[in-house]
Amino acid sequence: MSLLELHEVHGYYGNIHALKGVSITVDEGEVVTLIGANGAGKTTTLRLISGLLHPKKGKLRFDGKDISTMAPHMVLRQGIGMVPEGRGVFPRLTVRENLEMGGFIIKDKNDVRKGIEYAFTLFPRLKERENQKGGTLSGGEQQMLATARGLMSHPRILLMDEPSMGLAPVLVDQIFDVIRELNAQGTTILLVEQNALMALSVAHRAYVLQTGSIVLSGKAVDVANDENVRKAYLGL
Amino acid sequence: MRKILASEALREILLPLGRMALFVVGAGALFSAIMFALAFLAQGSGADKLLLETHKMGILEYTLGQLPQVLIDGMTLGFVYAAIALGYTMVYGVLEFINFAHSEIFAIGAFVGVEFLIFMDRLGVLAAAGPLGSYMYLVLALAVAMIASGSVAVLMERTAYRPLRNSPRLVPLISAIGVSFALQDVIRMVESLTTGQFYRVIPTFGNFDERVALFSIPTGGAPIAVNIQVKSIVVIVAAVLMLVALNYIVNATKIGKAIRSVAQDRTTAALMGIGVNGIISFTFLIGGALGGAAGVLYALKFTRIDPFVGFMPGMKAFTAAVLGGIGNLTGALLGGICLGMLESFAGAYLGTFTMGRFGSEYKDIFAFLILIIVIIFKPSGLLGEQVSQKA
Ligand SMILES: Nc1ncnc2c1ncn2[C@@H]1O[C@H](COP(=O)(O)OP(=O)(O)OP(=O)(O)O)[C@@H](O)[C@H]1O
Ligand SMILES: [Mg+2]
Repeated sequence: MSLLELHEVHGYYGNIHALKGVSITVDEGEVVTLIGANGAGKTTTLRLISGLLHPKKGKLRFDGKDISTMAPHMVLRQGIGMVPEGRGVFPRLTVRENLEMGGFIIKDKNDVRKGIEYAFTLFPRLKERENQKGGTLSGGEQQMLATARGLMSHPRILLMDEPSMGLAPVLVDQIFDVIRELNAQGTTILLVEQNALMALSVAHRAYVLQTGSIVLSGKAVDVANDENVRKAYLGL
Repeated sequence: MRKILASEALREILLPLGRMALFVVGAGALFSAIMFALAFLAQGSGADKLLLETHKMGILEYTLGQLPQVLIDGMTLGFVYAAIALGYTMVYGVLEFINFAHSEIFAIGAFVGVEFLIFMDRLGVLAAAGPLGSYMYLVLALAVAMIASGSVAVLMERTAYRPLRNSPRLVPLISAIGVSFALQDVIRMVESLTTGQFYRVIPTFGNFDERVALFSIPTGGAPIAVNIQVKSIVVIVAAVLMLVALNYIVNATKIGKAIRSVAQDRTTAALMGIGVNGIISFTFLIGGALGGAAGVLYALKFTRIDPFVGFMPGMKAFTAAVLGGIGNLTGALLGGICLGMLESFAGAYLGTFTMGRFGSEYKDIFAFLILIIVIIFKPSGLLGEQVSQKA
């Protein structure tokens, strides 16, 4: 049984049919990437998983449990963490407070404090910015914060929506190193990316989304070698 | 570590206290300076001559002599406005919507508190209560009013606002105005059915009506005695305690941080596992409780209440919130204190300076002039960030 399972999921915005029967599975311990052009429906897929949007048709299961109609704050409690598109840093909370909110569901204060310490070892830059307001961080720092914050609740799976967007190449490398490290420590990751080259290099498996449908899926290496993918997404 | 946490908590208590003191002193000094300048310019005017005749002192002396009392009254009023303004600003912070029915939350608090005291009075316990006992009954009245107002506020959000959460911005606003009128009539109906009257008077008890003489100012005429009513002290102390407590909740506790998260980004807050609806309910609960307590304090100070008692204080507190920067808690404090001072100054001096042509009954004009000026020239308020229209 897969950890996360989307079965023939249809997502709508009003009358706009954004996802047309998408099926995706993510197994425990995997890094799975979802790639596709702008407007393909990647963010929509993550919104459906995290409960911000509910499917009109189809089922979503996490660890065997139906999460199709669950509210977002309950989805998180199942063990699904999120690094949202555009980072979603709370602009007028400090870096530390942002991290504390990432650990909102954790009752034990010591546990939260340890989580923050861990975040600071992962991204030492955040430690320097500890008492600075989130809105005053640079884009790269905000991405670090969003990533670290997503880990605070100790999720079994972390959903990441374009963590490399708008970052300088060094920072992109750093974020992907962190993804590798997290995965090595046992966190399952579903990674949405425009940067297909990088995404395919860290992922075990990949899905290619095109105007709301999965057009290709398989092992990351195989997808990377696909003729159409190379042309469309890797610019080769 | 524990030590650091303790000092952090202490900071969250001392900081707002310091701010309040600063605002009181600052606003007081500013208005005093303006008044002094006006009095200086008015020397030799008709008003000056009239005062020399009637009070045996010039307008400058008169203005200065009145000042301490005016400042004390302004501060009292200011803290009441601040406590109400916080209800508007907190709800605005999380929902970007002005809860016009907050004035009725205030009125409900006033009525519940007063009815509780009247009931206790009938039982005879109020008159029998010693000095300590009378304070205990006041605290009880505050507690009962806070529970009632907080619950009504939560209920109001649940039934009249939440179903409209995703409607255009004007829709919940209209609903709020409707709720406001409806609640006014509910109070009126309940009062007329149960007591046969529309207005109620808070029973006299304890030493609240006594005055503590502070000092007396020698003048050319009769010396001016400066004193403070015990109930004014009670109002100030109670309001300050509540404002500090609220500040502590919002800034230093986990649920307070959750409130701020929801205010800043509701979607992301939900993704962090924060139950957004629960947090919004909680915001209405504490904003409502604060408004209800302000109602009791207002009744204590002004003794008589009617079902429309919330309207004027509500409008002024709303003005205070806008003046300070709506959505900003510190701003509500500053705005409330400024408005209280302004009203006290206008009430005290308007008649004298205009030789009775405009009496203190015109004092409210100033509050609303301020509202208009702020909206035109600095819609974000004194401490507010740029008002950004949310898409
Ligand atoms: N709130 C919305 N209302 C209406 N349509 C929407 C909304 N959000 C997304 N869409 C539409 O749904 C489709 C999928 O959007 P989605 O955000 O999932 O794309 P994406 O793959 O994440 O793109 P990008 O790489 O640009 O982030 C798009 O056609 C978009 O216009
Ligand atoms: Mg997207």
